[in-house]
Amino acid sequence: MLTAILAITIMALIFGLLLGYASIRFKVEGDPIADQIDKLLPQTQCGQCSFPGCRPYAEAMAAGEADINRCPPGGETTIQALADLLEVEAKPLDDECGVEKPKTLAVIVEDRCIGCTLCIQACPVDAILGAAKQMHTVISDECTGCELCVPPCPVDCIDMVETKLNPNTWRWPDPSHVDLTLEDQS
Amino acid sequence: MTTPLGSFPGGLVLDGQKKRSTYDAIRKTPLSKKLILPLQQHIGAASDPIVQVGDKVLKGQKIARADGHVSVYLHAPSSGTITAIDEQPIPHPSGLSALCITIETDGEERWIDLEETPDFTTLSEHEIRHRIREAGIVGLGGAGFPSFIKLNPGVHHTVETLIINGVECEPYITCDDMIMRERAEGILDGIEIMRYALRVNKCVIAIEDNKPEAISAMELALARRNDLHNTSVVVIPTRYPTGSEKQLIQVVTGKQVPSNGLPIDIGIVCHNVGTSYAIGRAISHGEPLISRIVTVTGTDVKHAGNFETLFGTPMHELLSFCDTHREANEPFILGGPMMGYNLSGDHLPITKTANCILVGVDNAARQADPLPCIRCGECATVCPVSLLPQQLYWYSRSKDLEKTREYNLFDCIECGCCSYVCPSKIPLVHYFRFAKTETMNHELETQKSDNARLRHENRLERHEAEKKEKEARQRQRKLALAATKAAKEKEQAEKAKTAESQSDNQEK
Repeated sequence: MLTAILAITIMALIFGLLLGYASIRFKVEGDPIADQIDKLLPQTQCGQCSFPGCRPYAEAMAAGEADINRCPPGGETTIQALADLLEVEAKPLDDECGVEKPKTLAVIVEDRCIGCTLCIQACPVDAILGAAKQMHTVISDECTGCELCVPPCPVDCIDMVETKLNPNTWRWPDPSHVDLTLEDQS
Repeated sequence: MTTPLGSFPGGLVLDGQKKRSTYDAIRKTPLSKKLILPLQQHIGAASDPIVQVGDKVLKGQKIARADGHVSVYLHAPSSGTITAIDEQPIPHPSGLSALCITIETDGEERWIDLEETPDFTTLSEHEIRHRIREAGIVGLGGAGFPSFIKLNPGVHHTVETLIINGVECEPYITCDDMIMRERAEGILDGIEIMRYALRVNKCVIAIEDNKPEAISAMELALARRNDLHNTSVVVIPTRYPTGSEKQLIQVVTGKQVPSNGLPIDIGIVCHNVGTSYAIGRAISHGEPLISRIVTVTGTDVKHAGNFETLFGTPMHELLSFCDTHREANEPFILGGPMMGYNLSGDHLPITKTANCILVGVDNAARQADPLPCIRCGECATVCPVSLLPQQLYWYSRSKDLEKTREYNLFDCIECGCCSYVCPSKIPLVHYFRFAKTETMNHELETQKSDNARLRHENRLERHEAEKKEKEARQRQRKLALAATKAAKEKEQAEKAKTAESQSDNQEK
């Protein structure tokens, strides 16, 4: 009886030490799942998901505290990608968060800008350039179209403009719809 | 011809259909009242306008400058007034508009002063490349890559062979054939300059054997020049797509350009005959690139032929000049039947890359009524780059972009051989173009979102640092305040003490 208890206690100690060592030796930096989720998110940092940015939302999803359908800028494609990654059922976008819209860019109407810097403080990616009492302007290449700069503007001089397709960003249309109609017929 | 020719896998022997457009000599298209010049007629960054609406320009005057490294200048093809700099429809498969400069011509055709250089050896290689760039010369074979870049081997490469591409393998197109027949001397001038700029000894002029007139014209011109050593005309068998740069290199030298590589990596530079002629004109005569030869042919064209056309000339003027019977809204092809694309409007301008217009010819990449793939493997047999088009088709269709990459989608030259032989009439090349643009777009978006993430993280870090700094400052101020307060109290206490002791003394 005593030997049995002793043996099991010693074994428990050894395994405990082993596990403790392994957890230090093979420690994974950061949360890999949260990283993977973060990669799939569009990084607009708009906060429509009710989290303050894409990273917090990704962490919440990784912890199972948030649903996968709370990202309007990513839309259906992002939901599908998240569903594939987390091996859950894809579901339609949560209306609470907003609706999927075409991509937009913020444009400051420069005649009306009074140089209050409120939009600069609101921009999550530092895409607005300007100084106090100087005209501000949006660096269009860096703008994610999050719309966070629109509400703080006291003179309402920021317009969200739909990004225009040009011959360089144009994509060949998907030809498969032709086949699909054929398959429907047969 | 001493070395035996190599070859590439697959390919097709197609009916040339070149006779119709080679009966007549090259003619000049009449001057149009309005010339529309897209700012991007080449691969790379669009040119940047240097004129304003209302400016008077002369023929050959620069109207837009190169913006960035991969870019060239743009010139006024005729004298006149700039009437607009705005978005106009351009010849592109998307049918979209882009920024264009519109010139209303005055009919006087007044040239700027041209800087002639009869002896190009007085210029350095660098100066030659600079002039070619300033002359707005791009590859006239159809791709439109800025030529000056291809004439710069850089310090890490030595060029062994310069190949002059006079193959013109696509059916119907004859603009290269005609320029070789009529302007062989000018092409040789260009070759001489390119050889000098590249410091290359050997030059091969490759021509397909279905152009006997061009071959004899080039050979005759070459025989007359005794200063061009180590230059030879190589006659190669007619097979599509030999005119494609990488395939031509394989045929002429037997060497293969590596995947994701450039011809320069194996010591070869390839230029089109039309480009060579333009380079000769630009250096010797100082003439910028303001026109090109365009083949107009097809069953609906009465006077088919080749036309020297100023850039910006609306297509409908060129078509009516050669008596074309085209129904309104009837699509026509820009380029050849294999690689060209359909256009629906004919008010589009002729650009630097417009080598051929076909009216009344069916596009080889048929798009009507595709049937399911039967996995016959014909497409893989004809593929000149040994890809597996049927696999690529499945993956492109299911939008499995990663798999298409694995199967080397980006090595596809979009020659159209697979679509041409497909018994199910599947528009394979269309699928590949779709998958290519999807992949490129996806990459661009990932890059953008990575960038946004980084900027956001940097911002958060900065805010954190600012907050800490503020706290530290506050703490310091508090400490300083406390210190001064303590010092004051101490002083007061001492004062009180001394006062006390003084009063004590007085009392005593």
